[in-house]
Amino acid sequence: MAGKPKLHYFNGRGRMESIRWLLAAAGVEFEEKCMKTREDLEKLRKDGVLMFQQVPMVEIDGMKLVQTRAIFNYIADKHNLYGKDIKERALIDMYTEGIVDLNELILTRPFLPPEEQEAKLAQIKDKAKNRYFPAFEKVLKSHGQDYLVGNKLSKADILLVELLYNVEELNPGATASFPLLQALKTRISNLPTVKKFLQPGSQRNPPDDEKCREEAKIIFH
Amino acid sequence: MLNIAVSIGEILPEPRPPPGPPAALWSRRAADSSPSALCSSGAPSGLQKAWKAIMTERPKLHYPNARGRMESVRWVLAAAGVEAYLPLMHEPLQCRAVAGPLPMTDWWKVSDTGNHLLFQQVPMVEIDGMKLVQTRSILHYIAEKHQLFGKDLKERTLIDMYVEGTLDLLELLIMHPFLKPDDQQREVVNMAQKAIIRYFPVFEKILRGHGQSFLVGNQLSLADVILLQTILALEEKIPNILSAFPFLQEYTVKISNIPTIKRFLEPGSKKKPPPDEIYVRTVYSIFMP
Repeated sequence: MAGKPKLHYFNGRGRMESIRWLLAAAGVEFEEKCMKTREDLEKLRKDGVLMFQQVPMVEIDGMKLVQTRAIFNYIADKHNLYGKDIKERALIDMYTEGIVDLNELILTRPFLPPEEQEAKLAQIKDKAKNRYFPAFEKVLKSHGQDYLVGNKLSKADILLVELLYNVEELNPGATASFPLLQALKTRISNLPTVKKFLQPGSQRNPPDDEKCREEAKIIFH
Repeated sequence: MLNIAVSIGEILPEPRPPPGPPAALWSRRAADSSPSALCSSGAPSGLQKAWKAIMTERPKLHYPNARGRMESVRWVLAAAGVEAYLPLMHEPLQCRAVAGPLPMTDWWKVSDTGNHLLFQQVPMVEIDGMKLVQTRSILHYIAEKHQLFGKDLKERTLIDMYVEGTLDLLELLIMHPFLKPDDQQREVVNMAQKAIIRYFPVFEKILRGHGQSFLVGNQLSLADVILLQTILALEEKIPNILSAFPFLQEYTVKISNIPTIKRFLEPGSKKKPPPDEIYVRTVYSIFMP
């Protein structure tokens, strides 16, 4: 074991935040290597450590993992957050992909030109209320268990709760008519590892803002 | 025995025929073998029962009659040697039948006839008692089920990474038909650049590095299937795209010659033709009527 995982990204939520959530929920301590300038990114590229010249990149267990989903799946598998068999994994994957689709709209929004952000917000609110929240509320209702799959915590639960927090930041009260989602959010938030992550001073990032957008523009243009 | 039953099954009357195209379109394999006197009435014969069991066991792919996001699924099923049943979805009526009665926003209230699409989207694949949506979860399930996902967590992770990178490139191809005509030519240039500068060098290096025929673990995996799909689709638009990549050229030939894949690449297989104007119009008529 090569010490703590190292997260290579810029100083914002972006695509790395879900990975921070998963690691934190799994109780894994990690380090952040923040890029601040274009040169920082170019150096990583020149060093040949970014397989497709992109971040996120996570150094973990002797590997330099890229591609957000591949990173999720490795962490989930390693820390028993991926179900007990192939069918549970299929369900967890399916739920995760839906979550990621909605979260994609949210995480990319701050980096859009300001005049496009309003329309995107409306789209996020609509999709959450009419497509995704009902789907997950129904899943929880169908089996009445505490977690989405197999009566056990999985990456789908953690990423869903992150999503709920993200949507509520943009639209307070968004979960009001989804009691089971609210219960899941409370339950997951009270897990000791997640509770710690939700407290001030943790490695959780504040919402991406105009400053983040400017920084990202400089680094990635 | 199984193969014969499958061929026989396709000339028996279908208990619940799907609406739309005539049966001849999806029973073209009946020409392969034609035992007579099987279309009988009365109690189901042993063969009819066997056929019904096989047909209900076959994965069912719900999607328009085109490549789109389902093509990767067709590729991996074909590579794994799995026969799939394809209820064609080229009419809005069929699509409604799958998505549930209108309005779409109330889909979760419907019990029997609708309610099949978890996020109101296709692709959807009925397989092993599940209605799976989300392309990646479908691909992963099929890959894992058919030993195309590596032998351990590390191999699986490598395959995941390679697949994710390749899917990023494939996404450009999937979205290409829906761009404005003026943007389409520019996008072909963009695809070519991304392929040649970002993605192909990675896989060329991997193949050169271990000298094996497959990307991971010296055996066929999802990573090889998706990469081959993407290379061939790019070659349709940019014929010499592999010219600077000798290892990838050899690799493409080798993987294409694997028997299951070779069969998929032959005419008459379930591989769909390149997207055209009709495809674009169909998609708009189904999903944005």
